[in-house]
Amino acid sequence: MEKVGIKELAEVIRSKNSGPYELTLDIIFKDRRSFEIARKSGLFTRELFAEKYGIEEDRVVSVIEYEQANAIKATIVRPVESGGPGETDVYGAQQHAPLLEIEIPVD
Amino acid sequence: MRILSPTAILGYGFPADSFEEGLSRQPDAIAVDAGSTDPGPYYLGSGESFTHRDAVKRDLELILEAAVKKKIPVLIGTAGGSGGEPHLKRDLDVIREIAGERRLHFKIALIHSEVDRELVRRAIHLDKITPLGSAPVLTEDVLDGTVRIVGQMGVEPIIGALEAGADVVLAGRAYDPSVFAAPALLRGFRPGPAIHLGKILECGAIAATPGSGSDCLMGYLRPGCFEVEPLNPGRRCTVASVAAHTLYEKSNPVLLPGPGGMLVLSGAKFEQAGDNRVRVTGSRFMPSDSYRVKLEGVKKAGYRTVSVAGCRDPVMIREINSVIGLVRERARDNFSGRGYNYLLDFRLYGINGVMGSLEPTADDVPRELGIIIEAVAETQDVADTICSFARSTMLHCSYPGRKATAGNLAFPFSPSDFRGGEVYRFSVYHLMKVRDPFELFPLEIIEI
Repeated sequence: MEKVGIKELAEVIRSKNSGPYELTLDIIFKDRRSFEIARKSGLFTRELFAEKYGIEEDRVVSVIEYEQANAIKATIVRPVESGGPGETDVYGAQQHAPLLEIEIPVD
Repeated sequence: MRILSPTAILGYGFPADSFEEGLSRQPDAIAVDAGSTDPGPYYLGSGESFTHRDAVKRDLELILEAAVKKKIPVLIGTAGGSGGEPHLKRDLDVIREIAGERRLHFKIALIHSEVDRELVRRAIHLDKITPLGSAPVLTEDVLDGTVRIVGQMGVEPIIGALEAGADVVLAGRAYDPSVFAAPALLRGFRPGPAIHLGKILECGAIAATPGSGSDCLMGYLRPGCFEVEPLNPGRRCTVASVAAHTLYEKSNPVLLPGPGGMLVLSGAKFEQAGDNRVRVTGSRFMPSDSYRVKLEGVKKAGYRTVSVAGCRDPVMIREINSVIGLVRERARDNFSGRGYNYLLDFRLYGINGVMGSLEPTADDVPRELGIIIEAVAETQDVADTICSFARSTMLHCSYPGRKATAGNLAFPFSPSDFRGGEVYRFSVYHLMKVRDPFELFPLEIIEI
């Protein structure tokens, strides 16, 4: 099966705090076609995000498809609450890099 | 009805031209969000603001000068960045100073939002406190260590302030959309579109493309729908930019809980309504059975000292984990008789300094390494001591295969160590069931 790099399909790939205890990851696709390719691939599951961040699946709070914005959104529990001991990214805005390497299977 | 949002956060600035353009559209209210929990727990705990006083003053000068002369109500949410008493006082001082300098007279409503710890304790006993999202259960122990708690007000106390005849509303911690939605609800608009509009306006021009947190956005409310439009000719609101914004900083883009209910956007439709305007229909608000207010609180975790260094030696970089182990052990052993209680930590930029335990490629060996040595302890003096000891030990310790015996670290600065001052941690991020929406938020009217 052929694969396409996520950077070719997505317009925006970002991370940010959603409150002090969670981190939310947004992938906004370029258009409906790209979003549908991603959605139909079945790749965007809790397992995927757990694997990308080396965390247990129960730390992935949700994976949500949001058609109006051609987006897939995942939320994970932060390793520590924002600003807590060992914090590396108070705003959570630089936690997206592992997503840039995703390759999406296409029919 | 027209509502002008000058900027994403009061003090982040905005171009005077955009603001003038906004004024020319004859807004019925000017509303601005002044805070966020994004900058972390320090600001709520210390009473400091993450925005600079003079930057806030600059923004307020433009806003107050225009609004008072044109008799447009001004609403400011989450005063001083965190909405506690010192934060409210900081912004009130700025407003008084501007009014004095420019001979402006108006009626200001202060809405307090600090919540007494004993009130929260009683609420714990009455089972009225529940954790939000992934926050832990609130225990009385945690509450005892908590130094400041604020409640996030909904629209009701702000509507109350407007009804009391306020020209300027300076609100403590407020649910971000509240200051935008309150004047619209007072005029009889439905809460669904009004609160959803507030959600978008509170970030200024971030919902436009190119987005900006330091530019204006105009909102137009009509029965059953609203429109948003940037005021800078270099930006546009598009369906994509506005819909994308509804994802921002929240876990679920279609169910957005807030004070007193839930904004439901599953049926929201975004359509282009002109070259740079977007129209939104179908936003709904579902009131909840009981009114619950979000509480935010922090506890003190000590004092911080950090040291900044770099390393270019490939052998040292390879051995960095054994070096850190050795430094930790030396610090523990050296001060074992002192009974210090401290945290000693190392950020390794080049390995996992940005992502910590979430870093998937921490095994890659970098060419150079940035190191921040961090000590947090119960006093500043102990933090200084541990940081200084860890720094000197790391500088001169031996490790397997070492060739460079003059020093292991490159320091960019003298002094090499920096005091970070007080350290706080979030301890309260919970919902509290209240009797009514006004209970935690006393109103005070001042003539200026």
